[in-house]
Amino acid sequence: MTTQAPPRVDLLLQLADDELVLGWRDSEWTGIAPFLEEDVAFSSIAQTEIGHARAFYELAAAELDTTADELAFDRRPEEYRCAPFVELNLVHDWARSVARRWLYETADALRIAALKASDWPELAGLAAKIEREEAYHALHAGMWHERLTRSPEKGRYADALDKLWPYALGLVEGDQRRLLCEAVGRAEVAAVERGTHVDEWPSLWDEMTMVRRTVPGGTW
Amino acid sequence: MSVAQALTAERVWEALAGVPDPEIPIISVVDLGVVRDVQVDGEHVRVEFTPTFLGCPALDVMRTQMAEAVRELGGEPEVVVVTDGAWSTDRITPAGREKLREAGYGPPTPRPAGPIQLVQLQTGAFRCPYCASTDTRLDNLFGPTACRSIRYCRSCRQPFEQFKTI
Repeated sequence: MTTQAPPRVDLLLQLADDELVLGWRDSEWTGIAPFLEEDVAFSSIAQTEIGHARAFYELAAAELDTTADELAFDRRPEEYRCAPFVELNLVHDWARSVARRWLYETADALRIAALKASDWPELAGLAAKIEREEAYHALHAGMWHERLTRSPEKGRYADALDKLWPYALGLVEGDQRRLLCEAVGRAEVAAVERGTHVDEWPSLWDEMTMVRRTVPGGTW
Repeated sequence: MSVAQALTAERVWEALAGVPDPEIPIISVVDLGVVRDVQVDGEHVRVEFTPTFLGCPALDVMRTQMAEAVRELGGEPEVVVVTDGAWSTDRITPAGREKLREAGYGPPTPRPAGPIQLVQLQTGAFRCPYCASTDTRLDNLFGPTACRSIRYCRSCRQPFEQFKTI
């Protein structure tokens, strides 16, 4: 597997890896969310994120002459281009999980809007399609953000946002950082950058890729 | 092989109208508006379609079944997924909407000009598919599949699945 991908393919892998890994993390709430309706919501959001990951991987796979599954599951842990933000294991911490959803959707909306103007027609078209689907994720995140901001536990939620902010900033680059600061009303800080991985990443990678590694070439 | 009838785009559309949505078999892929274009060049048939949601697990089944329908006509299928900002649930046909309602699903409301706002989902624009009351409330933005929300009808006290507008 090549790690020297052309810049536009590298961008696709960043997007795809972010969506795949966050989808995986969100799915960890399936069955144990604090409300039944949130079991359904987090599961559905996870499914949609992984669908977006697949679409990005397919576009990248055509450029690299490989397949979406190979990109998603056959790379070494250090080859993944996701932001450390999406790797964090936040299950059992609802405040941080909501904070991550809200920060992620805010950042993602900025980069999807920029991708719609891409001179690569397939990527611009995909971004336009994804934007329509993501609108529901943003509504959900916004609703929970409002609720926790006004709740008696608002201090805990504010703390979650503070802790995650340097990680969230690492999702985007360049001018989008300034836009993200404006969108969430926070000052720019030193970001936890892409290219590094958090301590929880190897065990998540191990779990995600276990079936592929157990039965190489297996199809279902 | 002698072809009794020439392969035309019209015949392909007719065949696709017999391909059911794998999750809601009462509605066909044509009723659902997901088939964007059909081009026939000799035996080669190119079908372009856009899934309602990219994460739809029925996507591969749809693709396989559409290819099979083309093969049954003697064509060589190429089924291509097209993604752009042009597809919306407004493309679901009037007949498709009626079939959804009869099966207990709220058909999607027309797409607004801008992005969907929460307040729009809390209005009286949503009609219960069972009793036709508009006294319904949003229970969950998300439902059993990516394309549906859960609403509750206060009038007949029945929860129902509402197609999301995208």
